[in-house]
Parts: sequence; structure tokens; C-alpha cells
Amino acid sequence: MREPKYYWEDFRPGEVAEFGEKTVSKEEIVEFASEFDPQPFHLDEEAGRQSILGGLCASGWHSCAMMMRMMCDAYILESASMGAPGVDEVRWKKPVYAGDTIRLRRTCLERRPSKSRPEMGLTRFRLELVNQKGEVAVSSEGWAMYGRRHPGAPVEE
Amino acid sequence: MPWFEDIKIGSRLELGSHTFTAEEIIAYARKYDPQYFHVDEEAAKAGPFGGLTASGWHTSATWMKLMIATRQGAKEPPGEDGRVPPAGGPSPGFLDMKWPVPVRPGDTISYSSEVIEKIDMKTRPEWGIVRSRNTGVNQRGETVLSFTGQGLVQRRQPRGA
Repeated sequence: MREPKYYWEDFRPGEVAEFGEKTVSKEEIVEFASEFDPQPFHLDEEAGRQSILGGLCASGWHSCAMMMRMMCDAYILESASMGAPGVDEVRWKKPVYAGDTIRLRRTCLERRPSKSRPEMGLTRFRLELVNQKGEVAVSSEGWAMYGRRHPGAPVEE
Repeated sequence: MPWFEDIKIGSRLELGSHTFTAEEIIAYARKYDPQYFHVDEEAAKAGPFGGLTASGWHTSATWMKLMIATRQGAKEPPGEDGRVPPAGGPSPGFLDMKWPVPVRPGDTISYSSEVIEKIDMKTRPEWGIVRSRNTGVNQRGETVLSFTGQGLVQRRQPRGA
């Protein structure tokens, strides 16, 4: 393991950062959906057009997976990430259509040191996928666990 | 699936089980969540979970995979009115997802879904929202996944019609 670039201390409440972009292809939408979510509007352009969603679009689970990958590439792989206990909420507000270009917006909401594990801290982020029209397609909130640069040190806020 | 009107609160579906291999844990994570504890068995031993674990998103997406397979295997027959019940609709999102215990290679996860609430939609009288409590449980009886899912389901009759 290389020395991480980002520790728990480096994510400050109130901070907003944007990362990306990524253009979503029809092929990757169909590939994910074929394995995990084979509903017609995720597999076929004509079925997508005729559905309530209005076009071929990514499975919500694929949108979450793409968001995770964008987070990994932007900062998590260079961080002292220790995983996540879950996700408080995910809203699939707009479909992510084939051909859309999405970027990731990260807002740091709050943080606290772990009481039981001095080497770890928790941070709650809002993560959004924003499309080329500026619309928030996916919005999520949840806690993530990161290693601390200074385990057990007093925290200034 | 059944029409919105025919779905009963408390009805429970067993979705079957899935055994996660190291190969598929790594294949998923290489594409979508390439943190070392999801892609590198050796490095993972020194990581936060003491070994290779599946991405939580992989555990969750597999719930969807088995939900779709269950629905497709249980096509509803046409009703007395001759109309074929609807396919599933999209979802506005989910709440309260927890991954309390990691999924490791060789684990067999049994998934389920229980209807907990039905909600009318103001803007779409032809649809309703069904909320369900969804879980994945490993071979030792430990819950590895829980969340409140939501799905749009077509009504037989538009609300107010």
C-alpha cells in the first residue's frame, strides 16, 4: 500500500467538489442491465422510447455503480478509505440516458471521529450525478469510513 | 407482476440465493469499485475487513438480479377482464441501505422482499408506489444487506377514474 493522499481529516464539512466527466454508452448500459437488471427499458432502444422513461437508460443500480467508479477514480483510490456501512438514501431523479455526459458533485455534510476505533473517522457526503443539462439525475447521502492521519487526536471544528 | 390494487401489504417474496465467487467479486469491482479490498485477495488481508469482500453495490445489484428473475419466472396470468398484468416500472430510489456484514468469497446470500407500504402518486394517477423491506442473509443467518426499496406499479384503473 502506498501512503494515502487523502485521510479523514482532509474532507471538511461545507466543501463542494466536482469530478468527471463521463459519457455513458448504450453498450455499457446494456452490459450492466443484461447481468443485473434485464428490464426492457434498460436493454432496448425502442422499448425504452415506449416506456414511462422515454428512452434507453441505465439501471439505477448501474448509475450507483458508475458513481462509485467515478468516486474511486477521482479520490477514493488515493485515500485511506475503509469502506461504507451503507447508504442513507438514493434518489433516482432523472433517467441516465445512453449518450448522456455526467459529472460527480460531492458535498461534505458532516463528520465525526469513531468512538470505538481511534484510527477511523466517519464522514457524511451528499453525492450527485449531474447530466449535461445541469440536471441532478442521481442524488445520494450516506456515511463513509476513512483512516485518520492522526489516530485519536483531538478534533477541532 | 400484479396490478397495484392487487398487491398486499405484508406479502413476502423469497427471491432465491446467490453464491459469490472470488472471480465475480473481483470482476464486478474491477469495473465499478476497484478498491484494493474488493480486487486484490493478498492486499485485502491487511485491509479493513481482513480479506477480500464484495463491493456493497455488488451485493445490492444482485438483489435486483434475483428480483427480476423471480418476477420473470412468475408471470401473472390474464385476469377475468382479459388484460395482461403489467411489467414492473421504474423506481424513484431507495432508503436506509445497510451493509452490516461483508460478503466474502464462497458466501451464499438468500434474498427476500416484503411489501410494507403502498403510496398513491399525485402526479401520475395511472401508477402507484410500492415500498418493500428487502434483505440479503448469509449462510450463517447474518444479515448482509437491508434496505427499503420503492417501485412504480401500474394501476388497473387510474386513481379517481
